Amino acid sequence: MNTHDYLEIGGRKLISRLFTGSGKYSIDSIIPQIVEASGCEVVTVALRRVDFDRAGSNILSHIPGSVQLLPNTSGARNADEAVRIARIARAAGCGNWIKIEVISDNKYLLPDGYETAKTTEILADEGFVVLPYISPDLMVAKSLVDAGASAVMPLGAPIGTNKGLKTKELIKILINEISLPVIVDAGIGAPSHACEAMEMGAAACLLNTAIASSDDPVAMARAFKLAIQAGRAAFCAGTGAQREYAAASSPLTGFLFPNE
Amino acid sequence: MNNIPGRFRTILDSAACFPFDDFFAAITPQKVRHIIHKDNLTKSDFLALLSPVAEPFLEEMAQKAHQVTVQQFGKVVFLYTPLYLGNFCNNQCVYCGFNTVNPVPRNKLSVEEIEKEAIAIAESGHRHILILTGEDRVQTSVEYIRQSIEILKKYFSSISIEIYPLSREEYSQLIESGVDNLTIYQETYNRKLYAALHPHGPKKDFYYRLDTPQRALDAAMRTVNIGALLGLDDFRKECFFGGLHARFLQDTYPASEIGYSLPRMQSHAGSFPVPHPVADAHLVQMITALRLFMPRLGISISTREPARLRDKLIPLGVTRMSSGSKTSVGGYAAEHHAGSKQFEISDSRSVKEIEETLFSMGYQPVYKDWERI
Ligand code: SF4
Repeated sequence: MNTHDYLEIGGRKLISRLFTGSGKYSIDSIIPQIVEASGCEVVTVALRRVDFDRAGSNILSHIPGSVQLLPNTSGARNADEAVRIARIARAAGCGNWIKIEVISDNKYLLPDGYETAKTTEILADEGFVVLPYISPDLMVAKSLVDAGASAVMPLGAPIGTNKGLKTKELIKILINEISLPVIVDAGIGAPSHACEAMEMGAAACLLNTAIASSDDPVAMARAFKLAIQAGRAAFCAGTGAQREYAAASSPLTGFLFPNE
Repeated sequence: MNNIPGRFRTILDSAACFPFDDFFAAITPQKVRHIIHKDNLTKSDFLALLSPVAEPFLEEMAQKAHQVTVQQFGKVVFLYTPLYLGNFCNNQCVYCGFNTVNPVPRNKLSVEEIEKEAIAIAESGHRHILILTGEDRVQTSVEYIRQSIEILKKYFSSISIEIYPLSREEYSQLIESGVDNLTIYQETYNRKLYAALHPHGPKKDFYYRLDTPQRALDAAMRTVNIGALLGLDDFRKECFFGGLHARFLQDTYPASEIGYSLPRMQSHAGSFPVPHPVADAHLVQMITALRLFMPRLGISISTREPARLRDKLIPLGVTRMSSGSKTSVGGYAAEHHAGSKQFEISDSRSVKEIEETLFSMGYQPVYKDWERI
């Protein structure tokens, strides 16, 4: 892997562009193996699931210390709740990274862009490294840039659907227009989807259901690692898709401008 | 909320004279197959899956329901444990062992006893507790329940109540104290039958009970769990109306989580012959139909079911179960009470045993799924 190609978030340089979730495994003790097989350096964990009274055996105890913890605000229905969850996470020693999930729709689990932007503004001001989960909406993403987010995490398809990059065209727009890393979160069901996202220029992908619901999560984690590396390498090499609007190698209209 | 949401009673009343028999007669096996593989099910799709014609397709329904559940919730089962605070009751539900005319010893836990119970339960790993009482606003007053919550919240991160229906203001108070989940069963959606089964006491009022989940949700309750008591009426109708109720609540209160329970009647302290016994296959049909109809619905199965069956039901769509249940008042630490039970539990395995079984089935038992904020 090209060690010069890293993703920088919150002052941390990440070689791996694969983030993993932690809430859907049949047993938490599999997490270290997933981390190893996937090479991931960031693991997200729902604060609501962490039992701080069982410090030695809660979910955090299974996450290797080398990994960047990304607590999330799962369960928050509005900005106020998300802010409180983030503060509890930091006070409990989970670090200052926070993935904002504000969901006021339990039917499709679609994020609430307005409340997410409010949360981001408050928490970025308080010194958090804020990674908000959003629908791929350009205006919401722009407001998050202004609010001080460190990345944006648009969904590829609704959480848990494994449907792939259903929002591909909208994510492309974010990649083109937003100066922050665009991390595709939710909906990715197969390594080919992750590869496609990376080829498009996504900065990273967050995987949860697709790995956890596979029959062999460790093998699937490895498959995702390879897919993401392949997609990233293709992006860096400049794929056809990447050059969709760029100059072709033999221009068709060059004759019009003989002096250029 | 800017506009006052409608009430479910409008939907229920208009569906009351629905020609179920004609509808079922028109369902074909092809239609059922098609529905199983659809993404978004309509209300009539849901009813078709509850029809007799769908019965030969239980395996297909189960496969799809399993897949949807794992994708939505992961390979986890949320565990909680019930705590009976008191069995005083002014109602006369003819099917219940705690019914006011049943000569059972009545008692309630004192504040000290509640704390003892809490310590005993929390030691087993539980962080989610469900407190239950009968309906007696004097013996187990809202203030008594509020005091209990004050104690319990030192030990538990999620507190559910399964008590008598409250007003919206009372729900607000209890939410303020630390409650995040309401469980309230309509028992039956058949209004006539309801009247016959609840002859006396405050529970007589069908519509007041029907509106209860909404009063709690209007007060911003985080999770509401509903259901019908299975065995009282035709399960197809009960599950259909219950599913419509759940869907209505989810659509009307999208920020809250809606859950559904399937308590199936067994024996009790008196002698009430179950009028419409529900077969295991029909329980499976309900669980899988509910899962396909509402992919995000929390589904719980109680300790009334025997261990062997409970284990088989989990992969079909169940997301929550109780463990370490005692149905007598103060069954954990306060052995001396030896109170009578509301119903017999069939799955009497310890928390540890249930945990081991879940792991062996490839499921993680999750004890904590909320942080009081
Ligand atoms: S079901 Fe509840 S309300 Fe009815 S008699 Fe039993 S304890 Fe009382």
